[in-house]
Amino acid sequence: MALLTVDGIRVAIGSLTPLDGVSFTLDKGQILGVVGESGSGKSLTAMSVMGLLPLIGGRVVSGAIRFDGIDLVGLAEPKYRALRGRRIALISQNPMTSLDPIIRIGAQIDQVAMLHLGLGAEAAKARSIDLMCQLRIPEAETIHASYPHQLSGGMKQRIVIAMALAADPDLIVADEPTTALDVTIQAQIIQIMVDLVRERGLALMLITHDMGVVAQACDRVVVLYAGRVAEANSVEAIFADPQHPYTRELIRCIPRHGQAPGSLKGIPGAVPSVMDYPQGCRFHPRCEAALPLCGTSVPVFERKTSGFAACHASEAVHA
Amino acid sequence: MLTFVIKRLASLVPVFLVVSMIIFMIIHLVPGDPIDSIVQIGSTPEQKAELTAKYGLDKPLIVQYGIWLAKLATGDLGEAIILRQPVSTLIAQNLPHSLILGTLALVFSTIVGIAAGAVAAIWKDGFVDRAVMGIILLGSTVPSFWLGLLMILLFAVQLGWFPVSGARSWSALVLPVLTIGFGGVALVARVTRVAMIDIARRDFVMMLHAKGVPAWRIQLQHILRHALLPVVTILSLRIGWILGGAVTIEYVFARPGLGSLLITSLNQRDYPVVQGCLLMLAIAVMLGTLIGDIVQAAMDPRVRERMS
Amino acid sequence: MTIKSDLISKVLRNPRGGVSAVVLLVVIICAVFAPLIAPYAYDVQALRNANLDPSWTNWMGTDEFGRDLFSRIIYGARTSLSVAVTAISISVAVGMSIGAAAGYFGGMFDRVVTAAVDLTWSFPEILIALILIAIIGPGLNSTMIAISIAYLAQFTRLTRAQVMALKNETYVEATANLGAGHTHIIFRHLLPNALTPVIVAGMLATGDAIILEATLGFFGLGAQPPTPSWGAMMSSGTAQIFIAPWIIIFPGLAIAITVIAINLFGDAVIEALDIRNRLRDS
Repeated sequence: MALLTVDGIRVAIGSLTPLDGVSFTLDKGQILGVVGESGSGKSLTAMSVMGLLPLIGGRVVSGAIRFDGIDLVGLAEPKYRALRGRRIALISQNPMTSLDPIIRIGAQIDQVAMLHLGLGAEAAKARSIDLMCQLRIPEAETIHASYPHQLSGGMKQRIVIAMALAADPDLIVADEPTTALDVTIQAQIIQIMVDLVRERGLALMLITHDMGVVAQACDRVVVLYAGRVAEANSVEAIFADPQHPYTRELIRCIPRHGQAPGSLKGIPGAVPSVMDYPQGCRFHPRCEAALPLCGTSVPVFERKTSGFAACHASEAVHA
Repeated sequence: MLTFVIKRLASLVPVFLVVSMIIFMIIHLVPGDPIDSIVQIGSTPEQKAELTAKYGLDKPLIVQYGIWLAKLATGDLGEAIILRQPVSTLIAQNLPHSLILGTLALVFSTIVGIAAGAVAAIWKDGFVDRAVMGIILLGSTVPSFWLGLLMILLFAVQLGWFPVSGARSWSALVLPVLTIGFGGVALVARVTRVAMIDIARRDFVMMLHAKGVPAWRIQLQHILRHALLPVVTILSLRIGWILGGAVTIEYVFARPGLGSLLITSLNQRDYPVVQGCLLMLAIAVMLGTLIGDIVQAAMDPRVRERMS
Repeated sequence: MTIKSDLISKVLRNPRGGVSAVVLLVVIICAVFAPLIAPYAYDVQALRNANLDPSWTNWMGTDEFGRDLFSRIIYGARTSLSVAVTAISISVAVGMSIGAAAGYFGGMFDRVVTAAVDLTWSFPEILIALILIAIIGPGLNSTMIAISIAYLAQFTRLTRAQVMALKNETYVEATANLGAGHTHIIFRHLLPNALTPVIVAGMLATGDAIILEATLGFFGLGAQPPTPSWGAMMSSGTAQIFIAPWIIIFPGLAIAITVIAINLFGDAVIEALDIRNRLRDS
């Protein structure tokens, strides 16, 4: 059985439904890439799994999220809280703002082990420093006593990773962990996380807009567009034979070595706002392969010649 | 930390010089011969001439200012015209009353204001929040002297719980402290509430939730702690505002104090006393700001680093 | 123009904005048409009518000289509003000019202005006003000058910040590149854009100015008798607190209602101008 199963969740914030039937599974020791442009619902998916939707006034209205046999939708907050940080950890988008600026780095890492593992201050500190050394953080003792503003962005993200690992979780949700960092640091951080999964047998849900990162790190991919799943497949298969025109566009956007800066092109147009999602396939106004049908009928998410996708223009395989 | 305090103290020196110069200039800017605002009424021309020489009023202004400052350093603030006493004696008599009132009002405003603001922020849009918001609106719009008068009407005249005026007993402090405190509570509660609501939206708070920290600990140990930074800032900036409240309220309750002394002297044009009172109030404001800065630096490592 | 009418309708549709607008309108009408509205003249004394309870003939009673309190409050609106509005208008105009010049030209002038603003910033308005009154003497004109100077720092600071923020924006740079002069850029581009927040701040400060005027009046340093001023009326009422408390209650109520209305109206304007996108993008 998969460690994490997300089954057709719809998320509502007020009268809006920014997430509309998102499904995927994730096994132990696996890295799942959740891909899409900003506005596609990636972060909301992460918040749904973390049970943090109430913070932004949202909730899961239908569908199920199961983690290791526990039904997370409707799980009472004290029980959910005991899971967060202990068994499901978050690595957030922006390391610059994810640490409490007036509390020492060390105390912020120690907090997790003290809270969830019942360690005393001394034991927690020893554990944190050990963890920091494993993450190849130099001068761990000094950094343990520093404040966030004294560290670089890359170093802060390592601290956030250490915080996520502090109670030995089973699942890590990483929400665009490298977007805010320099390009040179990005690859390092991704490599650290890949190594962690391989060494510790963790499950990692890696949210990104960069198919390049997916190619580097992931085993499986879910492509989201405007709150729905566009395509899902293994990494090799999706690069070899993308079914959805949106996936093709995302792959085309990967910067290649030797490419002149500025020649990099994005996908024309923008993700529609949740306020005015188009009828039919939500991608059809930007789609090169759009058929007349696409503007009226919502494509079914179904088995294709390679993997699963929701697209009228790609041929279905009926088993 | 020590270098920080010394630096802040040093930065107050030019401020003090400018402010004291303005206050010094009062008797020269008032229409008429400055000697008339110093001598006692009914003095003979000889006495005037003698005093002119004594106070160095025939010398250039900047020299006079120097003399005035030098005397100030020895505690000599001149002689009151109407009250015929050394200004320093008058201030020594009145200052303790103002200090007690101001300090109590500040403590009351801070404690009650932070508590009210925190409760309102945690249960945002709830009943308590609405009540606190109402108090904030009233506290920041109702003139404090009117509030003081209403308090006197209700609690002193009608109910007889507290004395109408004066400073003979501790119970006479209750109404003045509550009156100044009402405005102070409104100010502190508003800043606390806004800051907590704003901080609750920051990424690091989301991260704390993601770490599984209980919500009440996030509110009290992290969000409130952050919210105290702007509260301290606003208190250190507006400490004079609370002192200003004390000036008004002393007059309303006919309490002795710098404020009462200042208003009375202003009405009697007793300029040496006016100068002395204004100077003391200005110094109080500057020291208040300094203390606020020090507290802030103690609480926020980023401030410490930037300032030292 | 449509933006303006849109703003007005937004403010008025907000219940607090609508109610406070009506209250303010009533106060303004009282101030402008005081002689037509007030049942009695504000300075007619009749000592045998002194300290009368509120009644059908004297809705709010009479003061210690037998003057009709209601009439004096109507006239008092005129004093309070004219002093506060004039003082704040002067303050806004001068503060905007200094702030815009400081923010735009920078350099030595900016440093001097910033230092002066910082200096006054920590001193309460009442203390600044008292220092000024000590110099220029009591009276209504002094009050006006004292208030306008007491609030100067606030508007200078605000305008300066606005102009600094706008200065580097591309369209100002573009205009400068097209060869436009400083005056053109300041008056046609920077000030109109900085105007909105400063005017809203000015509106809110008018409420504070009314309180400051009343406080000075209460100290006997503002309006001198027999000019009706809400603050001065209460001052003379303190002597009658045991026998005629209404002399204190009603003028204070007039101030409180006016200032609360100004604040609520200002909040409604701020809300109407600031459209927050509540749904955060993922």
